[in-house]
Amino acid sequence: MRVKLVGLALVSLSFSVSAEKLSGTIKADGSSTVFPITEAVAEEFGKLNRDVKVTVGISGTGGGFKKFCAGETDFSNASRPIKQTEIEACGANNINYVEMPVAYDALSVVVNKDNTWMKDITVAELKKLWEPEAQGKIMTWNQVRSTWPNEPIKLFGPGTDSGTFDYFTEAVVGKEDLSRGDYTGTEDDNVIVQGVSRNKGALGYMGLAYYEENKAAVRAVPVINKDGESAVMPSSANVKNGTYVPLSRPLFTYVRTDALKRPEVKGFVDFYIAQAPTLTGEVGYVALSPSLYQVAAQRVNGAEAGSVFGGQGHKAGISLEALYKAGSK
Amino acid sequence: MKPHLAKKHAEKIFLGLALTALILTILFLFTLLWDVISDGFPKISGGFLSGYPSRKPSEAGILPALAGSAYLMALTAIIAVPIGLFAAVYLEEYANKSYLSRILELNIANLAGVPSIIYGLLGLQLFVRFADLGRSVAAGALTLSLLILPVIIIASREALRQVPKGFREASLALGATKWQTVWNQVIPNALPGVMTGCILALSRAIGETAPLICLGALTYVAFVPDSVFSAFTALPIQAFNWVSRPQAAFHENAAGAILVLLVLLVMLNSFAVFIRMKFQKQYTQG
Repeated sequence: MRVKLVGLALVSLSFSVSAEKLSGTIKADGSSTVFPITEAVAEEFGKLNRDVKVTVGISGTGGGFKKFCAGETDFSNASRPIKQTEIEACGANNINYVEMPVAYDALSVVVNKDNTWMKDITVAELKKLWEPEAQGKIMTWNQVRSTWPNEPIKLFGPGTDSGTFDYFTEAVVGKEDLSRGDYTGTEDDNVIVQGVSRNKGALGYMGLAYYEENKAAVRAVPVINKDGESAVMPSSANVKNGTYVPLSRPLFTYVRTDALKRPEVKGFVDFYIAQAPTLTGEVGYVALSPSLYQVAAQRVNGAEAGSVFGGQGHKAGISLEALYKAGSK
Repeated sequence: MKPHLAKKHAEKIFLGLALTALILTILFLFTLLWDVISDGFPKISGGFLSGYPSRKPSEAGILPALAGSAYLMALTAIIAVPIGLFAAVYLEEYANKSYLSRILELNIANLAGVPSIIYGLLGLQLFVRFADLGRSVAAGALTLSLLILPVIIIASREALRQVPKGFREASLALGATKWQTVWNQVIPNALPGVMTGCILALSRAIGETAPLICLGALTYVAFVPDSVFSAFTALPIQAFNWVSRPQAAFHENAAGAILVLLVLLVMLNSFAVFIRMKFQKQYTQG
């Protein structure tokens, strides 16, 4: 017993000696979707490092990159990969960055509880419903699939500034930001839940966490990627096993390479990667595979700058593992 | 129908309309209050007031937001009240009724109606970027000061005008200079009215979210600001963030934060009423 205690004291002593006291300020900003993850990491990090002040802002993925590329922040949270125009803006100011995938989100297609006809929906039908050509034309459900009733369609979705909108339009319509305009757009996913729960003919899309919290109010529709494939429900299991395509999307945070030289930033990044597998689940997202977190750690340690997406956005159905394997030095 | 009967009917209809309008307003107000209080009151506790933001709704608190709002308000008052008062003194006591001063007056009245988000954009360029203050309490307070200055100037001028002309004439007749008259007679007598206007303007400022969001005020801040250059968050921003989270427990937190903000506002407004009543008493006694 005494030996054990002495050993414990030694261990704790060596811990307090080896762990240098970190201090300073770390600034993160960007996507509201990624915010809860960075907030959770900052909260836990703050408990261990009381002298490091971590702040997290919300200005959207695009707004976050504007500040990041102007050199105003250390981290930029993003619900999509960095775009070509943003890569150029960062380049113009000599801002280099390491791209870290941190979690998956599953965009969930939800309908009203009284909607008894929609057992599943194909991506082609979602395209027919959401593409710009549908505006003012596709107005009742039997126009989407002939066996569905002659019930008026009421659509809800995120506003055009949202990364969720960018990703959904890219994955479903085929080109980013192409969407019909006659839907109720909002920056608050709770409004989508409310809208869908009050209209029998309603359909909306939003992040998995919002569906998980509102299962009593709305129903998720299983999505069929291609004809002949089976319908898949949005769930963390189906995101992990790679079957929920094309609507599962990766979330990122970008860190400045020169900021990584500051011990408190490096400490925060290491902590982020180590804690992400547990914390992402706690706040309603899906953890990446362990090998991807390893890749993230390697990229940080090697200060491998740049995005493996090359400004092109994430093509649905291509695994992150393959991308990072090809993109890493 | 006889004409006097028609008049009587018109009277009744008018009274009915006015009463309905009043009842509707109060009904709306009470529904809103009831909604916020029933959701938010159970949340209010020592831990909620002294806690830091957290991913766990039950552990999350509003201390940084509350402190941020308090700092903002104090600093805004320190900046905006003297500037607003002196601008009003100039316009009311010194400025000639020239073409220029009339244009000035018109512009100040117009500025009072400019949407608050415009002030946010101005603050972002002027204070955050150009003056390089960053997203600090100082930048926030300066922006809110700009926002409420027109209101303070208009209210202060109103208060200065209420000071009887006889006070000025008596003071000047006794040999006091213009400056002495304004400093010793006019301002002290107008001060309660000025204060009332300032407090009402300040209570508008602490409820503002749009200019602060535009400025880039932060959402997760786990410390109390320690200087005017410190990063900050404020109650409306914290409430806004919690409302948009998926978990219902966060929505209750938001109601709690809104309730605290409401209590702050009621306190400020009652302070304004208190000052006004004291002022009226003094006036009748003197």
